[in-house]
Amino acid sequence: MAQSRVTTLLAAPEARLAVIAIVVFCGMAILSPDRFLSMQNMTSMAFQFPEFAILALAMTLTMLTGGIDLSVVGIANLSAIIAASILTRFAGSGAEGADALSWLAVSMAAALAVGVVAGLFNGILIAVLGLPAILATLGSGLIFTGFAVALTGGSAVMGFPAAVAWLGNGLVFGVPVPLTLFALLAAGLSYVLTRTGFGLKVQMFGANPLAARFAAMNVTSLLIRVYVVSGVLAAIAGMVVMSRANSAKADYGSSYLLLAVLIAVLGGVNPYGGYGRVIGVVLAVLSMQFLSSGLNMLQVSNFSRELIWGVLLILVMIVNTRGSFRLRARKAPSPKPSSL
Amino acid sequence: MGKLDFTRNETLVALIILAFCGLAAISDPGFLSMPTLTDLLRGGIVLGIFAVGALLVLISGGIDVSFTAVAAFTMYTTAMMLNTWAPGLPWGAAFGIAMAVGASLGAINGILIAGFGLPTLIVTLGTLSIFRGFMLTFIGSKQITTLPEGMREFGRMMMIRGANPDGSFYSLPFAFAITVMVVVITWAILHRTMLGRAIFAIGGSEESARRIGVNVPAVQFVVYVYVGALAGLAGIIHASMARVANPFDLVGLELSVIAAVVLGGARLAGGYGSLTGALLGVALIVLVRNSLVVLGIPNTWQSVAIGVLILIGTGLPAWQAKRAAARAG
Repeated sequence: MAQSRVTTLLAAPEARLAVIAIVVFCGMAILSPDRFLSMQNMTSMAFQFPEFAILALAMTLTMLTGGIDLSVVGIANLSAIIAASILTRFAGSGAEGADALSWLAVSMAAALAVGVVAGLFNGILIAVLGLPAILATLGSGLIFTGFAVALTGGSAVMGFPAAVAWLGNGLVFGVPVPLTLFALLAAGLSYVLTRTGFGLKVQMFGANPLAARFAAMNVTSLLIRVYVVSGVLAAIAGMVVMSRANSAKADYGSSYLLLAVLIAVLGGVNPYGGYGRVIGVVLAVLSMQFLSSGLNMLQVSNFSRELIWGVLLILVMIVNTRGSFRLRARKAPSPKPSSL
Repeated sequence: MGKLDFTRNETLVALIILAFCGLAAISDPGFLSMPTLTDLLRGGIVLGIFAVGALLVLISGGIDVSFTAVAAFTMYTTAMMLNTWAPGLPWGAAFGIAMAVGASLGAINGILIAGFGLPTLIVTLGTLSIFRGFMLTFIGSKQITTLPEGMREFGRMMMIRGANPDGSFYSLPFAFAITVMVVVITWAILHRTMLGRAIFAIGGSEESARRIGVNVPAVQFVVYVYVGALAGLAGIIHASMARVANPFDLVGLELSVIAAVVLGGARLAGGYGSLTGALLGVALIVLVRNSLVVLGIPNTWQSVAIGVLILIGTGLPAWQAKRAAARAG
């Protein structure tokens, strides 16, 4: 009896991920107890992962519809550069008090607006013009990055008021601000996906686009909204990166793109659409961060992280294919990357 | 001479290339010259081989993003192995070793995709990290500036050499002939063998291919091994021409190469694509990279230009297909 209950529990990819996250955490804690479990390491981890974790949330949402958003890093950098330009031009590094705060608000509004416009652009390409998401966002990502390069000439924009650092480096009641931000966004996305009509439609469209169309769903508006939200999430990640780096540059976070895809898939999101839970993505993010921080303590070279991430991704995929994905694959023979 | 078919990507890309060259020739009469041509062809050597491999995978209905990591891994380990054990090996043997290394890495992709039935994008995303991480962790992360004799010799071999009236030189490396050979061999495989028919069939519909008796896993495995070998070849050519094996080179190009191939009409859904289109796509991207300045557009706008081209190149056919579908009701 107990045996079978454990098996059913482990049938969910999220449960397996929770096990992985705990095993990695305990493993690292045993291998390097005094350093890995130190308060200093805990806070540094809490500051490190939110920026790419937010990008992974954006990736999760688009993957749920069977799409993908390869332009997230481009959007993040472009919105950070727009915000940074506003801050340096109008506020400058000396600004303080109300002056600095109002310009900070303006720059954040501008960054979010960039996210909305970029997401709208992606959504129109995909929903109205019918481009495959992978190509549309590949092309638009190049355009966003290209604008960022052209605006700055490729160099970093810096010299912000001190208040900017709060978003990336501050603490609220002892909790890092970026971590709080990520928690709020993850909870929000989870709520939207499971408790609203929009979320239900996203999952239904991802599971079977044709059926969704025949069910008289307004697919065009749905997809546009999905990519706008993804753009906004990317812009928020861009602001966090800008604040943490205290500068904005066109090529920041270029390794985050594949990392975001990797985390989403590791988190059990089906890249063909229709299945994915935010809790899985959160667990995947935590496993990755425990792993890379732990390896860092053990003096393992930075490059080996990439190796271990890759191995982890493929192992999890092999295990998942033997479980849930196989069922789906049988229902829909020969799924194609075209749906990505 | 039939009418030009504007629904074909090849026609579209060829027209864009002609328009680009026309405009460039107007703004700078010196544009239409041997050095421009040899620069263009030289820029297309490594990208061309990559594109042939990416095309093959796309036709078979998959997508491969790991080939740049295979190339970097191969060029670095081959250069290191030769330097350690056989510095005097002729370039032909060195290239054979590189292709074998590339093919075995491709076989790893093949086993995971054909054997375990995992999605191609995820597998190759994973192996991209694995190959690169393994090389940088266990093999080395410093660039090799003294290449083995065979590779240096290959780097010096030229097909065409000449001098401009103003005294500057131009040349076309012998490596270009290898790219041409790769294209010819791949063309023959795709269009003159049963294997080629099977690759198109799997891309068109995996289930139908299985029912007409195609051994789907075997064909997929062969495709990824072949593409791995091509990536290995491209890697060692890159190192020989650059005269240095830098492990950080090449990775990052994968999406541009796939974009070039798709620009030339290959479909991500599989079953459709042509070598002509893929090579035209590569030519256009190299042209934009090398010569945007000639049109008076600063080089910082390069990636905007490539992004716009990708959207136009894939958007027009997608839009036409959508309109046709709407008209058909």
